[in-house]
Amino acid sequence: MTSKKNNPCADGTCRVPTSQRPQTISTDANNGDIGALVTVVIDDQEVKVPMGTTILEAARSIGVKIPTLCYHEDLCIAGVCRICLVEVEGQRTLQASCAYPITQPITVKTHTAKVRQARRHILDLMLSEHYGECYACFRNNNCELQSLAKEYGVDYFRFGHPEKSRHKIDRSSYSVVRDMDKCIQCRRCVRTCIDLQEVGVLEALGRGDKTEIATYLDKPLGDVVCINCGQCINRCPTGALRANDPTDEVWAAIDDPTKHVVMQTAPSPRAGICEEFGMEAGTPMTWEMNTALRRCGFDKVFDTNFTADLTIIEEGTELIIRLYKTLVEGDTSMPLPQFTSCSPGWVKYIEHFYPERLGHVSSAKSPQQMFGAMIKTWYAQINNIDPADIVSVALMPCSAKKFECNRPEMCDSGYKDIDYGLTTRELAQMIREAGIHLPDMPKSDFDDPFGTATGSGVIFGATGGVMEAALRTVIELITGKKVEDFYEHADIIPVRGFEGCRYVELQIPEEVGPVPDLIKHLVPNWDWVKGATLKVGVAHGTANAKKVMEDIKAGGKFSECHFIEFMACPGGCLGGGGQPIPTTPEIRAARARAIYAEDAAYGKAGKPRKSHENPAVLRVYEEFLKEGPCGHLSHKLLHTSYTPRGKFIG
Amino acid sequence: MLTTQQEKLMGELKAIVEKHGTDRSALIPILQDVQKCYHTISDFAMQVIADMLGIHPVEVNSVVTFYAFLNEKYHGKFVIRLCRTISCEMAGKAAVARQLENDLGIKFGETTDDGRFTLEWANCIGMCDQGPAMLVNDQVFTRVTPEKVHDILQMCEQSFGPHTLQKAEEHVL
Repeated sequence: MTSKKNNPCADGTCRVPTSQRPQTISTDANNGDIGALVTVVIDDQEVKVPMGTTILEAARSIGVKIPTLCYHEDLCIAGVCRICLVEVEGQRTLQASCAYPITQPITVKTHTAKVRQARRHILDLMLSEHYGECYACFRNNNCELQSLAKEYGVDYFRFGHPEKSRHKIDRSSYSVVRDMDKCIQCRRCVRTCIDLQEVGVLEALGRGDKTEIATYLDKPLGDVVCINCGQCINRCPTGALRANDPTDEVWAAIDDPTKHVVMQTAPSPRAGICEEFGMEAGTPMTWEMNTALRRCGFDKVFDTNFTADLTIIEEGTELIIRLYKTLVEGDTSMPLPQFTSCSPGWVKYIEHFYPERLGHVSSAKSPQQMFGAMIKTWYAQINNIDPADIVSVALMPCSAKKFECNRPEMCDSGYKDIDYGLTTRELAQMIREAGIHLPDMPKSDFDDPFGTATGSGVIFGATGGVMEAALRTVIELITGKKVEDFYEHADIIPVRGFEGCRYVELQIPEEVGPVPDLIKHLVPNWDWVKGATLKVGVAHGTANAKKVMEDIKAGGKFSECHFIEFMACPGGCLGGGGQPIPTTPEIRAARARAIYAEDAAYGKAGKPRKSHENPAVLRVYEEFLKEGPCGHLSHKLLHTSYTPRGKFIG
Repeated sequence: MLTTQQEKLMGELKAIVEKHGTDRSALIPILQDVQKCYHTISDFAMQVIADMLGIHPVEVNSVVTFYAFLNEKYHGKFVIRLCRTISCEMAGKAAVARQLENDLGIKFGETTDDGRFTLEWANCIGMCDQGPAMLVNDQVFTRVTPEKVHDILQMCEQSFGPHTLQKAEEHVL
């Protein structure tokens, strides 16, 4: 019953009004204790479950499989698809097991003739409106509707099958493509968008057989307040929602001998791509993937962690400048707390919903865009390549990165900094197309000059990771001592975990070190932070981000923070909208373990685990960005500005 | 001072929302009031209401598209809804429908050019024993005949004008 723990409905944090939540048990029919155990017989198996458990959860706990479509562990219960119908003894009609809380001893049959026929009819009805051919669909072999049709032996279309498309495919967004012909109206995307992420782009419009899942006034997705997080894609049971796929363009670039195609890979896809090759979630594939990418034809394979480290230096320096300006000089032009800017979904969220707070967002670009700018300037320069011939591809766990690389301001190198953003799923597709079975690949390292990364860069993929990486660096810069002196193995455990919003206080010791050379020109000494308390926050998922933002507005504890990490996706990047489908809390936890294991491996191998120790980063500041972090050139290439968009849909 | 149309509408919407409160459950009464006052729930109004209630515009849109009595499209001052279900059909709905279309010069689902009348179909309004039945705004007319249609429309037109405007909006007929 792990799902119950994570479900926002169950823990009361969901915004859905009580009237729309599934019934929870507040009074007991038999006047017994609330939460008492009750005996249920499911398919002749007896099981004791706490009162209020749904039939579906009880059945799953004893290994009885009930098919589901609209049910999802991360989401509120809707009970709309009816595929999970079961027969409850004494009830005239069939009951939806996902939305039936057990209040008294009952006997349930999950596969009687009546149930089987009803399920088959429901499937047939869904298929009678589901236009499209399975083999021309990106969810082929990974589609919940398709596998149910197989399970229930659908061999003809009892109620017909559409022969013509009724909807235009909405390709207006850089990130998400909507093909409503394939929609079965399970409303998972609606609940994801409204309840899980609180963005509110998708809803059911109309009534009865005219109901459609649509945006506000059925506008194109590119025109509404979509933040491109792609969480709806990860939860769609069919192929109705998918990411905008640039693999054809990437192949074309690879096949063009005049083009120098470079790839950068983010930490999360490495932890997730194994799932695409049928392996257990949480098997890291970093080194195998490098070989596979080279065999696919990419000229160079770089590690995004390099710019993750660069981001930490730039963003950390900006934080120190902000703190110094606000606390010492009394200048309020750069307000506190500083917000992270690594998550493009979060950036678009704040642009839409809290444009008045954009001053808080760090001007540092995300690691992806920093890398793009570095590749087409410094890398081109030292390798004597015309930047016009470089095609820069980024492998990201994210659909919002596709939007980010198409932002008009992301051309600071004089060219489009990143040409294409690929998701984990799309890369897996390319690798398969090249006839490569990823797990069989020999291991190989990243290419220089960006090859060296640190453990700090790796943990960017998990929620709290950016904060941990930043703290490791900030603590060492200020105290002049090793983080290991304060935290065992430099693991700053308080910022890790999956709670929605975390608030952590860190005491800065009375003894401070000298100001390191790298930022000597920015602050004269550390006397002003002696003995101070550094307050930081972490939020993942935009619903939690909203809670933190509202708390700041109301003057709560988060308004006193100095630095807050925001990630648009639940779990951080590892739960991103470009990661393999499906996603559940268990899968995300497994990916997080893989990421933290890779960080720990850096420590065991004696490699640097802190961003400011990365030799490649130090080399960049020596040879290229000579004015240091937040200097003139780094402002031009590594920092950006934001657009207040507002939430009014024009 | 000059106020734009939108500012004016915003002020009026604010008054309506204050009357019903900002709870989510107040959404339908608010929308009903807006529909009554403006004969439409405009794009702008939906977004303003959503903002005031702290919900998403698309949720308001969803409610508006769900209910037949809430409309995104402009509806006339008098919305005539003729029942099209079986009892009224058998009691002679077709002749009444023809008469309505002829008298108003519009088809079902349309609004007259002067914005006075809208003609719509309704599903059962519970007057099956007294068919054909129809609604003019909130008022029910039963055993309607083509001759009666003429009288009803004339009554509507008489109640409409500068001097009777207030009354017309509040009590219909």
